[in-house]
Amino acid sequence: MNLTLHIWRQKNSQDSGKFVTYQAKDVLEDMSFLEMMDVLNEELIAKGQEPVAFDHDCREGICGSCSLYINGRAHGPKQGITACQLHMRSFKDGDTIYIEPWRARAFPVIKDLIVDRTAFDRITRAGGYISARIGSAQDANAILIDHDTAESAMDAAACIGCGACVAACKNASAMLFVSAKISHLSQLPQGKPEREARALGMIAQMDKEGFGACTNTGACEAECPKEIKITHIARLNREYLRASVK
Amino acid sequence: MKLDAKIPAGNLADKWTEHKVHLKLVNPANKRKYHIIVVGTGLAGASASASLGELGYNVSTFCFQDSGRRAHSIAAQGGINAAKNYQNDGDSIFRLFYDTVKGGDFRAREGNVHRLAELSVNIIDQSVALGVPFAREYGGYLDNRSFGGAQVSRTFYARGQTGQQLLLGAYSAMSRQAALGTVKMYERYEMLDLVVIDGIARGIVTRNMITGKIESFTADAVVLATGGYGNVYYLSTNAKGSNATAIWRAHKKGALFANPCFVQIHPTCIPVSGDHQSKLTLMSESLRNDGRVWVPKQKGDTRKPEDVPEEERDYFLERKYPSFGNLVPRDVASRNSKMVCDEGRGVGKSKQAVYLDFRDSIKRLGKAKIEERYGNLFQMYEQITDENPYITPMRIYPAIHYTMGGLWVDYDLMSNVPGLFVLGEANFSDHGANRLGASALMQGLADGYFVIPNTMGGYLGSGGIEKVTIEHPAFKDAEAKVKQQISQLLSINGKHSVDHYHKALGKIMWDRVGMARDAEGLNKAIADIKALREDFWKNVKVLGSGEELNQSLEKAGRVIDFLELGELLAKDALHRNESCGGHFRAEYQTEENEARRDDENFSYAAAWEYTGENNEPVMHKEQLTFENIQLASRSYK
Repeated sequence: MNLTLHIWRQKNSQDSGKFVTYQAKDVLEDMSFLEMMDVLNEELIAKGQEPVAFDHDCREGICGSCSLYINGRAHGPKQGITACQLHMRSFKDGDTIYIEPWRARAFPVIKDLIVDRTAFDRITRAGGYISARIGSAQDANAILIDHDTAESAMDAAACIGCGACVAACKNASAMLFVSAKISHLSQLPQGKPEREARALGMIAQMDKEGFGACTNTGACEAECPKEIKITHIARLNREYLRASVK
Repeated sequence: MKLDAKIPAGNLADKWTEHKVHLKLVNPANKRKYHIIVVGTGLAGASASASLGELGYNVSTFCFQDSGRRAHSIAAQGGINAAKNYQNDGDSIFRLFYDTVKGGDFRAREGNVHRLAELSVNIIDQSVALGVPFAREYGGYLDNRSFGGAQVSRTFYARGQTGQQLLLGAYSAMSRQAALGTVKMYERYEMLDLVVIDGIARGIVTRNMITGKIESFTADAVVLATGGYGNVYYLSTNAKGSNATAIWRAHKKGALFANPCFVQIHPTCIPVSGDHQSKLTLMSESLRNDGRVWVPKQKGDTRKPEDVPEEERDYFLERKYPSFGNLVPRDVASRNSKMVCDEGRGVGKSKQAVYLDFRDSIKRLGKAKIEERYGNLFQMYEQITDENPYITPMRIYPAIHYTMGGLWVDYDLMSNVPGLFVLGEANFSDHGANRLGASALMQGLADGYFVIPNTMGGYLGSGGIEKVTIEHPAFKDAEAKVKQQISQLLSINGKHSVDHYHKALGKIMWDRVGMARDAEGLNKAIADIKALREDFWKNVKVLGSGEELNQSLEKAGRVIDFLELGELLAKDALHRNESCGGHFRAEYQTEENEARRDDENFSYAAAWEYTGENNEPVMHKEQLTFENIQLASRSYK
C-alpha cells in the first residue's frame, strides 16, 4: 500500500516545529507501524535527509517508550495496544496519516516525536513506593492476599507509564497514571501504612508538574493501551479525601 | 594473568554465610563519602541502586532510556524461580542449585549458583514487601507454575508480566532512594567509556543524549548492570536499544570477557515475517506448561493445522523426551525445532516454524482459565500475526534471547579490574552454557538486592582508594577519545546507513554463529565480520551533529562495538571444540544428534583479554571444579 504521512518535525525544544509531508511507498501490511517508520527513515538517510526521531525500545508493548499520536489518537486507531504493536494491516492503500508527539505542557517536546516524560518519574518519587527495607521482609506467605485483591491490584499495576492518558486528555491530566499506582499499592496490605502520605505526595507533585485537572471525560481510559479503568481515579479521589481529612 | 574466582572454602551451603562474616564493613557515617556509579536500571541496576542507596552510599545511576522504569527487564514475561517449596513437591535450595548447574550443562561455578539458589527465597519475600502483585491462589497463598528444565513447580509469576512487576518494584525502591537524595538519577545518558587509573576503575565518560555533551564522573567503584549482547545478532527478543557498549568498552579497558559464545536461543518466538523485521517477539516459556509443540509427520504438509488428524501429528518433544516433554530446557527445544524444520516439516509460509497448540488445554481447563494465565500473550500474538491462538495453534520459531557470557567476575561480582563490578546478564557467572527459564530475573535481583550490598562494603572497606578528579589525564584522555570517535563517525558520510551494517552483521552471526556452528563456518564468519567492520569505517553514513539528540549516532557507536564483539564471539565458538548448552558445534554430536560435551578438555570458563586493535585476543582459563555434583551427560529423556 502507498500512504501519505504528515509527520511533526521539530529540531529541538526551542524550535517551533511543523508538519512535513512524506510519501511511504510499498508498505506491507505485516509491518508494524514502527517498522514502516524505520523504512521511511532508511529512505531519508539514503537521500541525505535527517531521519525522524521517535522513542521506542521493547517493541512489544511493555516498556512504554513509544509515544506517537496517530491520526488524532494516542497509539493510533486500535484499542488496547501501543503504537509499536500496531500493524499496517490497520490501514489501507491511499490513507493519509498524521503523526504527532504527545501534546502536554508537562511533556515538552525534545525533538520531532520525542517528549520529556520525566515528570512521571518525579511523581513516583513523591510517594509511589512502599518503604520496605531490603533484607527485612518476612516470608512472602506470612500475609495472605486474597486472589481477587491480588488480581485487582495487578490490573492497576499493569500501567506502563507511557503517558497516553495525558496525551488523550483535553486537560492533559495525569490522573489515570497517578491513580493506577495509588490503586495498586493501596489495595495491598503492604501498601496501607503509607497510603495517606502517598496520595498527598503524588497529587501535590502532579499539580506542581503542570498537569491539568480531571473532568471525568474518560478519554484516558479509552486510549490507555493497557486498558486501565477510570474507576481507579474514583479510588484515587477516595484515597485523597481520606488522607486530607485525617 | 592468574584468574582467582575467590570462591570461599568450606561447605557449599555455608560458603556465602561464612564469606559475609569475613567481609570488611564500612562505618555508617563513612558510607556517604563513597561515590558509587551504577550503569543500567534493569532488575540488577535498579535493585543495586536501591540497596546501596539504602545503606547510605552516595549513588549515581545512569540509563540511556528516558526513565529507569523502561529497562528491558520490563519485558520478561513468564516468571521468577525460587526454592520456596510452597508446593510440597520436593523442591529445595539444593535442587534449584542442581537444576541450574545441570541446566547450564556444567559450565557454571558451584559456589555462585548455590548462593543464587539460597537468595532466591529472599527475593520473593522482598518483592512481595515492595508490592509486587504475584498471582495468588483462592486461599490467598502464592501460586506457582512450571518452567523448563525442572520437575518441580517453583516459578512465581504476575500474569505474563512478571518482569514488569519485579522491575517496577525495584524501580520504586530506587525512586524512594532518589527522593531521599542517596541516589541521583541520570536519564538519557549513555556510558561511552570506563576510566581506569593505576589499574583501578575510577569513573566513566558519558554522553548526554539530549545535548550531546561529553561528561566525566569520578567514583570509588563502578557497577555495570547493562544487560546482555543479544543484539549482536540484529534480530533478537531484546529491546532495540539493548547494547553491549558499556561492557565492551570496559573490556577494552582491561576487563576480561568470559564465554561470549554461550548465547541462548529461545524456542518460542514469533517467526520472522519479512526483510523489514526489526525485532522478534518472545512467547513466554510458561506457554509450554499448557501448549503442545508439534509438526506434521509428513514433509511438505500444507493442510491447515486443525485439519491434520491426531495420528498424523508429531509431538516431537514429548516423543523424544518423555520425562520432561514440552518442558525440556530451551537449548534442547530450540535445536529440535530447527531439526524438524531442516527435515522439511516446518509450517507456515516460510516453513521455518513449528506449532504450539493449546487445543487440548482449552478442552481440559476451559478458555477462561487459559485466558487468565496467558491472556496478554495471546493478545500480543494476535496483534502481530492476525491469527487467533485460541482457535489456530501459534506458529513459533527459535530466536536469540539471552547471553550467558559476559564480563568475567569473581565471587564478589568484581571483574579482574578492581573497583569494577558487573551484575545481572552483563556478567557471565551463574548460568554456564544455558540458562533455565525464570532464572534471569532471579539472578538480576539476587545480585542487586543481596550480593552487591555486602561485597561492595568488602571492597570499599579495604581502603586504599585515593580521591581523583575529572582533571586527571586519564579522564581527559578518555573524553578526547570519545569525542574523536564521534567526530569520525559523523565525518565519513558514506553510502550506507548504520542499520545496513547491523543487519549485515546479524545475518553473518545467525547463519554461521547461530544454532549450529562448525569450524568452517566460524572461520568464514570471522573473516566476513572483519571485512564488514572495515567497510563500516569507510562507508557508513551518519547524518546530523554530535551536539543534539541524534539516534543514528547513538546506534553507530553501539554497532561498531557489536562489530568487534561479534568477532570475539565467533572466535570463542571456534576454540570450544565441544557442544554444550547453547553452543552446538555440528562436529561434536552423538548419533542421536544430542550435544557431546568434552569435560576433559573444556571444563573451564574462557576469559578473553583485549590486546589492542588488530591483535589476537588472549584467552585465560578458569578451571571449573565440581565437588558437590557428579558431572553427567545431560539427559531429559
